[in-house]
Amino acid sequence: MTSESLLDASGVCKSYGPVAALRDASLTVGPGEVHALVGANGAGKSTLVKILTGAVRPDSGRILIRGRDRKVHSPAEARRSGLVSVYQEPALIPDLDVADNLRLTGTPVDPFMKWVRALGIDKLDLFETARDLPLAVLRILDLARALAIEPDVLLLDEMTAALPANLAEKVLDVVRRQCETGRSVIFISHRFLEISALCDRATVLRDGETVGVVDVEAGVEEQIVELMLGTRTELGRAAGKPQQSAGDRRPEGETPRLRISNLGAGTKLEDVSFDLQVGEVLGVIALEGQGQDELFGVLSGSRRALTGKIEVDGTEARFRHPADAIRAGLVYVPSNRVDALLMQRSVRENIALPFCAGAWGPIDMAKENVRVDGAIERLQIDTRAQGEVQRLSGGNQQKVTIARWIATGVQTLLCFDPTRGIDIRTKREIYSLLRELAAQGSSVLLYTSELEEVQLVCDRAVVIFGGRVVDVLPADIANEPTLMRAAYGLPREVSSDAIPGSAPAHGASGIELGPA
Amino acid sequence: MTQTVRRHGWAIGLFALLVLLLIITKLIQPGYGASGIGSLARAALPFAFATAAQVIVVIAGGIDLSIASMMAVTSVTAAAMMDGASEEFAVVVVLFVLLLGIAMGMINGILVVLTRVPDIVVTLAMLFVWEGVALLILRAPGGAAAEWLKGIIVGTAGIPGLPAEITAWIPKALLVLVVCLGIVWLPLRRSRLGLSIYAVGSDALAAFRSGVAVNRTKVVAYAVAGLFAAMGGLVLTMSTGIGAPIPGPYLLASVAAVVLGGVALGGGRGGLLGPIIAVFILRLVRTDLTLLSVDPNITTVIEGTIMVVVVILGGLVALRGRSA
Amino acid sequence: MSTGTAVAIPIGRRLRRFLRDQPLVPLIVLLVGLVIVLEVLRPGIVNERWIANTIKFAIPLAILASCQTLTMLTGGIDLSVGIVATVSAFVMATQVTTHDPAIAIAISLLPAILIGLANGIGAGVFRVHPLIMTLGLSLIATGGLQVYQRTVLATGSAIPDSLAWLGTGRTNGVPNSLVLFVPLAAVIILGLRRTGFGRLLYAIGDNENAARLSGVRAWQVIVVLYALSGLLAGIAGLVYVGLIKAPSLSLAVPLLLPSVAAAVIGGTSIFGGRGGYGGTIVGALILTVLTTLLTVLQVPEGARRILFGFIILAVTAAHVRITEDS
Repeated sequence: MTSESLLDASGVCKSYGPVAALRDASLTVGPGEVHALVGANGAGKSTLVKILTGAVRPDSGRILIRGRDRKVHSPAEARRSGLVSVYQEPALIPDLDVADNLRLTGTPVDPFMKWVRALGIDKLDLFETARDLPLAVLRILDLARALAIEPDVLLLDEMTAALPANLAEKVLDVVRRQCETGRSVIFISHRFLEISALCDRATVLRDGETVGVVDVEAGVEEQIVELMLGTRTELGRAAGKPQQSAGDRRPEGETPRLRISNLGAGTKLEDVSFDLQVGEVLGVIALEGQGQDELFGVLSGSRRALTGKIEVDGTEARFRHPADAIRAGLVYVPSNRVDALLMQRSVRENIALPFCAGAWGPIDMAKENVRVDGAIERLQIDTRAQGEVQRLSGGNQQKVTIARWIATGVQTLLCFDPTRGIDIRTKREIYSLLRELAAQGSSVLLYTSELEEVQLVCDRAVVIFGGRVVDVLPADIANEPTLMRAAYGLPREVSSDAIPGSAPAHGASGIELGPA
Repeated sequence: MTQTVRRHGWAIGLFALLVLLLIITKLIQPGYGASGIGSLARAALPFAFATAAQVIVVIAGGIDLSIASMMAVTSVTAAAMMDGASEEFAVVVVLFVLLLGIAMGMINGILVVLTRVPDIVVTLAMLFVWEGVALLILRAPGGAAAEWLKGIIVGTAGIPGLPAEITAWIPKALLVLVVCLGIVWLPLRRSRLGLSIYAVGSDALAAFRSGVAVNRTKVVAYAVAGLFAAMGGLVLTMSTGIGAPIPGPYLLASVAAVVLGGVALGGGRGGLLGPIIAVFILRLVRTDLTLLSVDPNITTVIEGTIMVVVVILGGLVALRGRSA
Repeated sequence: MSTGTAVAIPIGRRLRRFLRDQPLVPLIVLLVGLVIVLEVLRPGIVNERWIANTIKFAIPLAILASCQTLTMLTGGIDLSVGIVATVSAFVMATQVTTHDPAIAIAISLLPAILIGLANGIGAGVFRVHPLIMTLGLSLIATGGLQVYQRTVLATGSAIPDSLAWLGTGRTNGVPNSLVLFVPLAAVIILGLRRTGFGRLLYAIGDNENAARLSGVRAWQVIVVLYALSGLLAGIAGLVYVGLIKAPSLSLAVPLLLPSVAAAVIGGTSIFGGRGGYGGTIVGALILTVLTTLLTVLQVPEGARRILFGFIILAVTAAHVRITEDS
């Protein structure tokens, strides 16, 4: 296989500081093959893509294209050696028109236009500024530009996302035809239906390692899901996890802490409704980019909703600024600690920050000490490294972002993947804390990319796919395979029944093409 | 045709505003005519070059606060070198000064790329550095300029094939401006390098993915800005006959003209034409205020206010663009 | 890196940490070093009188630099302080001929606060880069001052005895300006550490998004901050005119560049979130001594500006390096 493979990457490793994004990834693509690259969130797909396209240098590993070692790393170099990629965010320069974008990359116009037509866009004004074109068209143009220079290996990252069904179909067609000429395509997708319809083989990544290469045939979904889950470290049950969920204990009709109806925002969040009960930990499960960022953005007051309404304790609420959300008792813990922390300041200042927002005057240090020390003790934050927060470990940093709200007396905690990239002990502590808070009458909305957390800490889980709620599961049946299937838009019980809904369950809102 | 109108809509609007202002000027001062236009063009010249320099850096996504200081350096260098030298030697001086401008711009750009300090901070520091260099070359206003150089921007030029009645309305200063800017801008705008400059300012990541050498492009943008600043400095020496080491009010005026001219401060958008027309508009406002015998100091206040308001409006537009 | 243990932290990294935690130590060493060099070049120059003089000249600079320190903590800068100080000084000197000194001083601080307020509204509400905004306001203020000068041409000017006493006087060899400066500095230093407003300056400069998520409305802080900066610049102008005793239209303008340099040298990050006023005071002293040194060495004005420019650039670039990896 190796001798005749177009692309052969092996032993690729890459670390960002102490975090290993790729441990030992490999990928082999033969001629005329459509090869799927799959993995759960944070498995290392995007890092591998960046390395293949030359945007990032690997720490170690070998990349052979047509059997030749590739040493220089830059997108231009990758392009010259025959590997071209189409990213999720189109690489067209927003302020240049299409013709200038072609000239910038040295793309010949005629083949480009030929591909544009083949991809289903009949009318294209070359002098239209890229910024003014709809996202779907930009992605098609990006693809046509890549095809026009006839690459040996074409890398498509979630190519059909944000495409209406008719264009997505054309894209799949073109990909198939591309392979008939002996060229290969690496296809990254969250959609099993596309993978099984299109791909020959699939490489599965988990925790930065290639854990398997499978031939795509009937029933391959099960095999892939299994590989993606693997045998994971047992985290153990969090302390105080009730056997009965809060949702079950509550009588019907009681006012929920938070009721969300038909919420839509941005381009990804379409229509989401659910209730968060008092004293409940509600999990939110979604693959990357299904609208969860927008959901949490709206709830935390960082962005505006386009449609729908939010009710807090039975009264409708509108948030124009995070301060409004905080006043309504909704506080936000982002996954990326860099977004929430003052890295150059002390633990104390970070925890006391919400108090300063409203009180500009002299600080009552005695009172602050009591509050801050209380929060530090409750979360067992290791403050031996006095001084700047950036010197704390990731786990301790995450605790600081939560401690800030414990000190203020929290009602509703919006946690966005709070345990991403932190050690197991801290994870356990955070689980216990969330359960404790719920037992005391707080509510927690927990988006998590670690599926097992649903059974460890949540009472229920809502699954979002394509900007809509596709399933709501009580924790006792929300095991990892079930959640994984639901997150991929597959029905709850895989059976021989026909899969409901048309191929990509994406809301293909009518996008007008060509110049308006 | 509609494409052209759409693309240059802002510049066309500005041009209409300029014509309107000229009509108002004529109403205030019925005698305003060819000589008035001539002095307007001469007054606008250094501002126009400063603005051109700022435009290219802003398009590339940066900002250059050291433009006025670079103009001072080139102005005193030219004046000091031409002091007592022959008329012919002035040709060498001009070439040397232009190269000097490019070198200074390159230093700015390289420092921005190497130090990874934001453009605005690097060029603030370089503002002081170039100011100091100008002071070292000439401690007080002095030096001289070759006669033929001074003559280049005075009066009108006969253009073959055009009757004198028309050429009387075309001051030499305007021709100098058009030729100097055109010779650099037109080939650049159409080249792949020019596109790269726009690309880097518009979306640096997309540019990198499109195979653009981002750092090199930035340095080039600063170097071209240095070249334009050198032209501006030469023009200063040509119009005053001496070199002054203290930078003029060109920095803020250039930023205001850039914003008024439709170039987004975030980078990637706009052209050279709009800002240059904006320069003439701002100069003409000053002329009108003078003609209305407004205290020149009040004129300065009004001018400053216009610029600040323009920049604030630019900020508003950028804010709305971001939220949309 | 994976084999590295807590014991074997490379010296370079340890040094960087030390510099970050104790920014005052190297500054004071530098200050003492400069004084020693000066004494070696001109034996006998360093005496009680020279020290008092140095402090007298350093104080207006230190007050002006407080404006830079406070605004830089939020990631901003105030380039209008030079002209604002001049406006206050000039207005006071002309108003005092017809008004009581206390009233003249109050009148003179009003335009300072207004200019600061305008800066704050531009930077905080309209999100114009503070550098551009304050530069624009300084242009307007320069024109405004000239207009004002023509209206008061006939009145003449004077320096009230109280300001002259404050700016120039000494009591038992100790400069009187310390009477104003010590409490002022104490208020700034404590205010930064022990008030909500001070904490918010750091928070906004460190991570505006995090501050927002914690419910901070940054624009309110910015507006108040720049008004405060205007007030401080006005006070600096009054002290300075008491020292120089000759109000002019460009009195404090040459202090602008040193005020930025003093804050940068003093360890305040031009990117925001880090620094304090203590370092700035030492920075102002260093620059005052350095100016004396350059004068003794007969270094021309141009070279001085080049040096100051490169100091700002070098310190900022070093700051980028120190903060980015560890």
